[in-house]
Amino acid sequence: MEEQPGHTLTHRPGVRWYSSDHRSVARLYFFLALIAVVTGQALSLIMRFHLVNPQAKVSWFESLWPTGAPSGIMTPELYLSILTLHGTIMVFFVLTTAPMGTFANLVLPEQLGVAHMAYPRLNALSFWTIAASFVVLIASFAGPGGGPLSGWTAYPPLSAIGAITGPGQGLGQTLWLLSIAIFCAGSLLSSINIIATVIDHRAPDMGLMEMPLTCWNWFVTAILGLLSFSVLLPAGVLLLADRLAGTSFFVPAGLRVGDEIIKGGGGSPLLWQHLFWFFGHPEVYMAILPGFGAISVILSVFSRKTIFGYRAMVTATVAIAALGMLVWGHHMFISGLNPYSSLAFAVLTLAIAVPSSVKTFSWLATLWRGQIELTSPMLYALGFISVFVTGGLSGIVVGQPGLDQYFHDTYFVVAHFHIIMGVAGAFTLFAATAYWFPLLFGRMMNETLGKVHFYLTFIGVYATFLPMHFAGFAGNPRRYADFTTFDFLAPLMPLHRWITHAAYFTAAVQLIFLANLAWSAMRGKLAPDNPWNASTGEWGSRTRSLDNDRPL
Amino acid sequence: MIFVALLAAVVAAAIFLFAAPPAWFPAPISALASAFDTQFLRTLWLTGFAFFAVQILLIWIVLRYRQRGRNPATFTGNYRLELLWTSVTALLFFGLALMGMPVFTLPRLGPEPPGSERIEVNAHQFAWNFRYPGPDGKFGRTDLRLISDAGGNPLGLDPSDAASKDDIVVSTLRVPVGRDIVLTLKSRDVIHDFFVRELRVKQDVVPGMDIPYRFRADRTGAFEIACAELCGLGHSQMRAVMLVMPAADYDRWKNNPGTH
Repeated sequence: MEEQPGHTLTHRPGVRWYSSDHRSVARLYFFLALIAVVTGQALSLIMRFHLVNPQAKVSWFESLWPTGAPSGIMTPELYLSILTLHGTIMVFFVLTTAPMGTFANLVLPEQLGVAHMAYPRLNALSFWTIAASFVVLIASFAGPGGGPLSGWTAYPPLSAIGAITGPGQGLGQTLWLLSIAIFCAGSLLSSINIIATVIDHRAPDMGLMEMPLTCWNWFVTAILGLLSFSVLLPAGVLLLADRLAGTSFFVPAGLRVGDEIIKGGGGSPLLWQHLFWFFGHPEVYMAILPGFGAISVILSVFSRKTIFGYRAMVTATVAIAALGMLVWGHHMFISGLNPYSSLAFAVLTLAIAVPSSVKTFSWLATLWRGQIELTSPMLYALGFISVFVTGGLSGIVVGQPGLDQYFHDTYFVVAHFHIIMGVAGAFTLFAATAYWFPLLFGRMMNETLGKVHFYLTFIGVYATFLPMHFAGFAGNPRRYADFTTFDFLAPLMPLHRWITHAAYFTAAVQLIFLANLAWSAMRGKLAPDNPWNASTGEWGSRTRSLDNDRPL
Repeated sequence: MIFVALLAAVVAAAIFLFAAPPAWFPAPISALASAFDTQFLRTLWLTGFAFFAVQILLIWIVLRYRQRGRNPATFTGNYRLELLWTSVTALLFFGLALMGMPVFTLPRLGPEPPGSERIEVNAHQFAWNFRYPGPDGKFGRTDLRLISDAGGNPLGLDPSDAASKDDIVVSTLRVPVGRDIVLTLKSRDVIHDFFVRELRVKQDVVPGMDIPYRFRADRTGAFEIACAELCGLGHSQMRAVMLVMPAADYDRWKNNPGTH
């Protein structure tokens, strides 16, 4: 791999499985996230199918899950285990790993003007740890009894007292917890590496306030990761201990499940919720903050404008992260928390709307009087602004405890977090993939396919999630395996059929993205050094030669 | 300008959906539920306005500032503008949040209304049972070991306790219209959630905790009670009915529950 002056990227960099080079690690993360997102999306289609065809006999359900779908009819426990796996995969292995694992690794050092991460081997170890946790997660699904059915939040006592609470709550739930614990360890390593790189490995002339906004966002995200995964890890260990070692951190006294009286007790189910959401809320920002950085850079590059209000943007990022650490209680408004606590959490939650609005206005001001060039990365970025506003505004609804007491755990919340975390997150990943594709694979992504994919996806996600809010208005609870028991759910079936078809459409057009990815990676136009005329360091040939690839 | 057209279509679709909603809230049956609806509409107007304003601004910016070979502007910030939009959004959102506080605090804080009807809600995988204290006004002792669904003792009432003898245990929640009710929510296994849409209030039922739930229904009728916290494979079947009855009918039933 010789460096050719002026044509650094004219050959296709391969994936080196055993390299600690940050770009190789980035590609590994990219492929892991790709496998994860295809799996997670497929699971969501099965869920949407089942919700509107609860009695359908599907022969391959039975082949895949003999006990979960006897004679091809899906049982509620199978539906719930698919729901659990969908949420876990999408939150942990797509929205947490891809924004930072892929794109920070791809460009952070060069954006800081250096050639390497602070701890390349730690970085590689972090990837392989996370890959191992993915394998354990998939294994949890295949064990006897099937996968766990307590959702990605795994509230005890349901998740704490074993198979008596339901099939899959035995070995499946244990493996799920083990997977999450391993994931935490891997993420902590990655966070440490990013933090150390930003603090200690910048080029001598690059001050913190001179870093590209992308670096600021990865830096703040890594700090969030360090603070929150270091709480989820011990919480997961405590819950494992409740399951395996007979402790009762989260199990209160005096339980009787079915005909069995549960021994021990004295623990608190709410303690888990506090620990989990202390991680879980910052997690939302870990998924979206790196995207904020990428969007800022992309909007600036394709409007030929300097980012508006750099200082305000950095302040807003830090403010969102700091407030994000203090609002976990808004997931617990109706959990039995002291009402006064809920009021405090509500005020802090609404406060996040302020820096979020500052970001939105600054993005719009960046575009203002610019020269907007509608490339595919730019379209994804503009689409992101639209969905971010939509999803953020429904947060104003559920952020008020008085309104949340109706909307909590309804499809309104499902629509809210899918738009703000799933769709907005996905648009940042699409934008980043199209924008940095030359650094991932040495070639350009096909623009026509990229635009067609964006337009159809934009239609699809709004067609899926705008109507979904209305199921929430009608009070439709989430995590229901079927809508057949309640009278008030029957009139909502046409709405759910629409949502299901829109979801099919949205998933189908993702094939365009996958095709574009595969074709462009192999046959795409060779990328010039700085295809977008950007000013950040990752595009400069002087800072980067592929010879940096080193064996582990 | 496909993007602009699509964004305009999204805005139009949102207007259409709110003009002819495919689903909407059920009619409220309490003063609190009506207060909820007022606060929701306030929130909807503010967030709806913000939604349209920003989406339309985005449309306009993309139309107006598409690349035309001119030089882009070079400004990098505007302190007064930033201060203005920060403080305006802060004022609007905090104002809205403050106005919405009573909807949350009214049923939860402050003294319990005197003369409230006391009823215990017991949740377990995957059913609801409701207990009334009977003429003595006292809930009798229960024992986990005595629970027997087949034996007609789903809560494990202890027959050796005199106070438990007149307790009424039923699977339909009957409440009198126009009287203050205090429910005590209890679970014996995992977390459930007591949700009646028409009351606009949801409350988790947590094992190990006795959580109060106060309301006063102003309309008679039958309303579905749903579990709204994932509790296991039967979660979506965990249904019961709340009957809001004329007070006289309710008193008659309570004095002689066997006849209904």
